[in-house]
Order: sequence, then C-alpha cells, then structure tokens
Amino acid sequence: MQQIIFFFIRNKNFLLFAALFICGLGLTIQSHSFHHAKFMSSANFLSGGVYSVKSDITGYFGLEEENKNLTSENIRLRKALESYKNVSEEKIKDSSALPKKYSFVSARVINNTYSKTKNLLTLKKGSKDGILLDMGVISSTGIVGIVNNVSKNYATVQSILNTNSQINARMKNSNHFGSLIWNTKDPNIVQLTDVNRLAPIKIGDTIITDGKSTIFPEGLLIGTIKAFELGENDSYNMDVLLFNDMTNLKHVYIIENNDAEEIKTLEKEGEDEQ
Amino acid sequence: MNNSVIIVNVVRFLSLVFLQVLLLNHINFLGYINPYLYVIFILVYPLDGNKTLLIFLSFLLGLSIDLFGDTGGIHAASCVAIAYIRPVILKFSFGVSYQYNMVKINKAPLAERIMYITLIVLIHHLILFSLEIFSLAHILLLLKSTLFSSIFSILLIFCTLLLFGRKN
Repeated sequence: MQQIIFFFIRNKNFLLFAALFICGLGLTIQSHSFHHAKFMSSANFLSGGVYSVKSDITGYFGLEEENKNLTSENIRLRKALESYKNVSEEKIKDSSALPKKYSFVSARVINNTYSKTKNLLTLKKGSKDGILLDMGVISSTGIVGIVNNVSKNYATVQSILNTNSQINARMKNSNHFGSLIWNTKDPNIVQLTDVNRLAPIKIGDTIITDGKSTIFPEGLLIGTIKAFELGENDSYNMDVLLFNDMTNLKHVYIIENNDAEEIKTLEKEGEDEQ
Repeated sequence: MNNSVIIVNVVRFLSLVFLQVLLLNHINFLGYINPYLYVIFILVYPLDGNKTLLIFLSFLLGLSIDLFGDTGGIHAASCVAIAYIRPVILKFSFGVSYQYNMVKINKAPLAERIMYITLIVLIHHLILFSLEIFSLAHILLLLKSTLFSSIFSILLIFCTLLLFGRKN
C-alpha cells in the first residue's frame, strides 16, 4: 500500500499531465461532433458577455458600409414587392393572417472566425428569443451557416467555412444538385461537389440553395461558379465564389422553419417503419 | 512563492488571456496567421516554481483560450504538454546549471534564449495545429500554419520579453 502511495507521489507530475492532456483531447474530440459542444463554447455566459461588450465598442466602426448594405437590400426587396403587386390584382387584405412557412429573426454577430479549419460565429440571440438547434443563418447577400449550439442569450453557428459543413445546393438554371463543402484554402471560395456530369455548366453560373432540407428555403443565392473540373467518379467539382463576404459580417438573419417539426416527425416515422 | 510573485502571475495570466482572445486571435495576417503570445506565461514562470502547479495553471490558461475560441480543448492540451516537458527543454537549452537558480532568462546568452523560446513555441504550435486540423489530408496546411504562426509568435514573444524584461 505504501509503495502505491509512493508511486503516486513520485509520478504526480506525469499523472497530472496525463490526466489533463486526456481531458483536453476529450474536449477536442467532443467539439468535432456537431451537437456536443455544450459547455465549452463561446455561447456561454462568460465569453458571450465579453464578446458582446467588445462588439458594442467595435460595432461603430464600419457602420457606413453596413448602412450601404441595408439600403441595397431594401431596394432589392422593394423591387421584388413591386413585381408581386403587379401580378396579383385581387389583393389579399391582410397578408400577416396567411400561414407562413418561414419566419426570420435578426441577430448581431459578436464573434466571427474565418482563418481556422472549423470556423464558428457567435450571435447575440439565444433560446429566449426562440432560437433552436439546426436553424439556418443567412446574411443580406448569401448563406452563412447553421446554428449548432444555443444558450439562454447566445448562439453559435457552424459557418459554411467549416470542414464539417455540408449543405445542399443546386444550379439556378437546372435542377442538378450537389453538396457544398470547404477546402480551407480561401474564405471567399467554397466547393460544390458531386454534381451529375450531365449538368450544363459554364463559368459564371449562379448557385442557389436546394430547399430539400428543412434548414434553408429554396432559392437563396450562394455564389457563382469560378472554375470547374470533372472529378474521379464522373461528377463535377467546382469552385464557387461566394456572394457574401464571410470576413465582414455584422448583422445576420436566423431562419425559422415553422414546418420543421412536422417534416422531421414524418421522416422519422418513415424510417421507423422500414 | 511569496505574495508579489503570486500577484504578478495572476495579473499576467488574466491580461494574456484577454489580449489573446480580444486582439491577437483576430489578426489573421495573410488570411490565417495568428500569433499565440499567451505561451509566454509558461516560458517566464519562475524556474524554481512548483511544477505541479505550473501544469495545472497551464491547463486553466489553455482552457480559457479554448472557451473564447470555440476550439474544444486544443489549447489546453498543447499548454499542458509544454508545461510538462519544460524542465527537459530548460536543461537542453541552458545546461544543467538552471537547476541551481544560476540562470535568469533575460540574462542568459542570446543563442540559449532563442533555442529555449523556439523549441517551446514549435512544440506548442505543432500539437495545437495537429489537434485543430485533425486530419492527415491537410498535412501541408498543418506544417504551413505551424511554421508561419511560430515565426510570428517567436518574434512577438521576443519583443515582449525585451520590453518587459526588467519586471519579469
């Protein structure tokens, strides 16, 4: 017994090192899976608070550009609204009474990374504002990512610039689809892979969201094709130049799909029956 | 350790964490190069200080950086590793005499100092980026990030030591 105790005392530095190192490794591995970064994330009270104070201070820089972006978005939305008005003469009296499929919540980005291989953003909106896991996040010019962790006041978003991300996307002029991944090289360029080789492709074509998942509505703009090549298994891989600047995000919108629950339950029932 | 040493170390710990997460993590020089200055805490920890305490403090230091950076436990693991092997590297770069309190980091010959800082920073960054990237497919990116971030960190650590050398 004494020898065991002596062994522990003699090797206490190594044992402490081993225990803490394994602890660090465990936390790292846990953070690599999508739904498990519960405690160790910047959505907690302490780091969320520090980041939101920082963003309060630095938020004033770049307001001019932010205003420009908002104005141009307003103009685009106004144009869209006008064209709808012209189409339907017999107008619906109260459009807010219609059942809506998607609703939007705006949020401020308080922390943004784009130089690592697994990039995340922190938003100042949390479960008390109705944010849930797996909601899509977009900016005024393109898609940003998917919510992967929520606390009471803050939420973290797995950015599209993350090697774990895989988002369905398709060509605007045909229905050929693929999955959007990131090869860590350039924060302005993501890759669209596994597009059928029959798809008509040329440089400059627009890529939009697919709408097959419950996360993003169909037809959100993503980017344009910059270069493409025929991959090994007879499918196209292409570089997509993003419309939005992921390195400069201030305000984003979180998309809430009101039918998500229903679709998920239905799909789950289908899987259970098989 | 007497009181003033404890206070100096606590202040150094907190200021390094805040400097790292609020400023240095967002430099992104050439798109991906960030310096990791907080390693300096482990470098200048008293040579005759308690080693067990250093390992524990390094874990806390890394964990605080991880908490802000959403990086799981990569900083914690790499800090613990360099805290554990620090005596070996001290012996390698300064010779055996460091054990008898003969060496002061700021008064040691330049070559020995550079050797000490470079070894610690390189090992730290290598573990850090291996854990962050976590795949053999991106091994070139791993080596590139390690090399360039190390150069940046070493330069910054050297300047900081020169600036605050007297106090440490």
